[in-house]
Amino acid sequence: MNTEIAKAESAETLTPELIAFMAEWRHSPGSLIMVLHKVQQFYGFIPRKIAFEVAEHLDVPLAKIYGVITFYNFFKLTKPGRNQIQICMGTACYLKGGEDLVAELEGILGVGLNTVTPDGEFSAEAVRCVGCCGLAPVLVINGEVYGKVETKALHGIIAEIRKR
Amino acid sequence: MAYKQYILVCGGTACESNKGIALVEALNREVENNGLLQEVQVVRTGCLGFCEKGPIVKILPQDTFYVEVMPEDASEIVTEHIVKGRVVERLLYDKRQSQAHVGVDGLDFYQKQFRIVLRNCGVIDPDKIDEYIARDGYKAMEKALFEMSPNDVIKELRLSGLRGRGGAGFPTGVKWSFAAAQPAGQKYMVCNADEGDPGAYMDRSTLEGDPHSILEAMAIAGYAIGASQGYVYIRAEYPLAIKRLENAIVQATEYGLLGEKILGTDFSFKIELRLGAGAFVCGEETALLASIEGNRGMPSPRPPFPAVKGLWGCPTVINNVETLANIPVILLKGADWFSKIGTETTKGTKVFALTGKINNSGLIEVPMGTTLREIIFDIGGGIKDGKEFKAAQTGGPSGGMIPPQFLDAPIDYESLTSIGSIMGSGGLIVMDEDDCIPDVTKFYLDFTVDESCGKCAPCRIGGRKLLNYLHKICDGAGTAEDIENMKEISLAMGRASLCGLGQTAPNPILSSLKYFMDEYIEHIDEGKCRAGKCKNLLLYSISVDNCVGCTACARVCPVNAITGERRQLHVIDTAACIKCGQCYDVCKFHAVLRS
Ligand SMILES: Cc1cc2nc3c(=O)[nH]c(=O)nc-3n(C[C@H](O)[C@H](O)[C@H](O)COP(=O)(O)O)c2cc1C
Ligand code: FES
Repeated sequence: MNTEIAKAESAETLTPELIAFMAEWRHSPGSLIMVLHKVQQFYGFIPRKIAFEVAEHLDVPLAKIYGVITFYNFFKLTKPGRNQIQICMGTACYLKGGEDLVAELEGILGVGLNTVTPDGEFSAEAVRCVGCCGLAPVLVINGEVYGKVETKALHGIIAEIRKR
Repeated sequence: MAYKQYILVCGGTACESNKGIALVEALNREVENNGLLQEVQVVRTGCLGFCEKGPIVKILPQDTFYVEVMPEDASEIVTEHIVKGRVVERLLYDKRQSQAHVGVDGLDFYQKQFRIVLRNCGVIDPDKIDEYIARDGYKAMEKALFEMSPNDVIKELRLSGLRGRGGAGFPTGVKWSFAAAQPAGQKYMVCNADEGDPGAYMDRSTLEGDPHSILEAMAIAGYAIGASQGYVYIRAEYPLAIKRLENAIVQATEYGLLGEKILGTDFSFKIELRLGAGAFVCGEETALLASIEGNRGMPSPRPPFPAVKGLWGCPTVINNVETLANIPVILLKGADWFSKIGTETTKGTKVFALTGKINNSGLIEVPMGTTLREIIFDIGGGIKDGKEFKAAQTGGPSGGMIPPQFLDAPIDYESLTSIGSIMGSGGLIVMDEDDCIPDVTKFYLDFTVDESCGKCAPCRIGGRKLLNYLHKICDGAGTAEDIENMKEISLAMGRASLCGLGQTAPNPILSSLKYFMDEYIEHIDEGKCRAGKCKNLLLYSISVDNCVGCTACARVCPVNAITGERRQLHVIDTAACIKCGQCYDVCKFHAVLRS
């Protein structure tokens, strides 16, 4: 997945797959959000250059695309770290110490939320409930769920990811 | 081929993330190694509900319930239980099961439950349409298409008394009749699977465990209102549910149960997925439609209601996942049967995601009318670590806090509203003595302010002001006047906001002010937070009498604010202290004091 992102980015243009996807969706009404999902899946965020191309392919104004991207929390305008961490700040996780996890993680990474570490390895964001509340507090790293995370265990988890 | 035994492994997200996939592989390997492939089948099912102790394994027909099963345990389960018929005692949740008299239904967690919506969750493999069909799947659709007119379907639903489970509780049959009454032409059926309430995952589990039930219900709705196109609007944060739905749509289409001329009739119905993108307000129906149309998800004033003028201006019915999951059962068993379950005003069952400071967190389904006490103490096993129950919140950020004196209130729409909360979509969060009410209220407001779309001023400005007051109070700078202002803003916001988000956002404030005023007053007058949550109000010190100088606190302090020689009294430099509480937790001699 990560190498795929790197490849797509170094190409710096729309991939054939994306072009095909847009051609397929072009005529379905309301396809913009589905296309943006696909773009983000590929690049990890919505690169400015690609947003221009999407505007052209779907024939929607760029302003509308930015309106949509900035409305929805899910879409990112900047490149995330190579490893993406989501800390759940839903109610169940909040009650069970989600805030302490955030503080600890910021300490370990040396940067705050929504910031990429200088080496480009990590970025973390707070999200609202990933639907595993029974396992609170919950952390998601590169799509993998870590449940009942203790602040003490964070160092080990991050170190292990770093090694991969 | 009939198998003699089945090993059911929970494949809900919680269990899967807890090594569930490796467990299935290990079990399959063991079954094969023991030459049992012809006799034993390992089935990965949907959520069994008991998420607290996942991954869960259930063995049929013996009905044995194993908890916290790790891949390493697979060999013992197969060689001991399956081959030798000896229960693996150490993995049992309830040791009574070792005498083999107690089935899963006999466990406290399941005893008071009644499963309509979750009927197939944890029973079938959600990726196999045949298993759904074997349990009467698509039979209700067949019945509707061949034996009932669209009007009959709507009549049956009205008689059943089913009300929307997305929160508002609007009678489903009535909603359908509005859309059906619109002139024929393009109409839409939309399933609301946005599940924005943080701390709730009922819809996710239903979609992951029984996706076909939703597709079937949507097709029935399409038939009843005259729509040929359906959309499931689902959160992008639920990848497993998306995958299972996509797979289910492909299978149903292959079987001719969706698509053109279903079962040879003139009725055609297609379903597509549309992904949400992390905006809570998109759960609100008009905002949801804007989002499907590819726009910013801003709500619009109603009327016109979507049933009259919805998606792309066409009549549209929007129903919640859980509402839909009830419908095939209602058609098969009849409105009469359904309306006997529940209370006077609220029929059927309700699924709750039971979370927070409770022993058995998990997914439960109970008949309407069950009391909170039964849910929290009988099913949920009471409060964690024997602590004191403080409050329960239903309805998430739109709901209210329910204090102990209402533990015996029955769950139904009217009763919950009368005590200042709402039914909501099914999040049920339990708080104990360690939770600070103003702090949790602040958490909810922070959420709604964050998620306000900003279109209307009462919500955009009112929410921000309320949040500022709560911050002030939790920081120890609140005044009595702030409380009065909060009440006033809350009432105005509730009345003047454009959509349900702003109208209900003050609920946590209003209910907590009503039932937990003493905690607010303590924060304001005494600068005290009894739960020890509001850091600005805390002061840590070390007791001269109790400190033995073990150095544990000094070693754990992340900012080196504690000094002292071994076997000497330690001291905390309060100016350097960041009030993280680690010293308090680590001290075995109750020598760290918090006030
Ligand atoms: C702010 C807000 C958020 C909502 N979120 C959801 C949601 O996540 N899921 C849902 O089914 N309904 C949600 N609703 C309710 C829907 O607007 C709508 O009433 C519901 O989907 C109708 O389906 P039902 O009649 O089957 O309950 C929300 C409402 C508001 C005001
Ligand atoms: S609140 Fe964290 S997973 Fe639901």
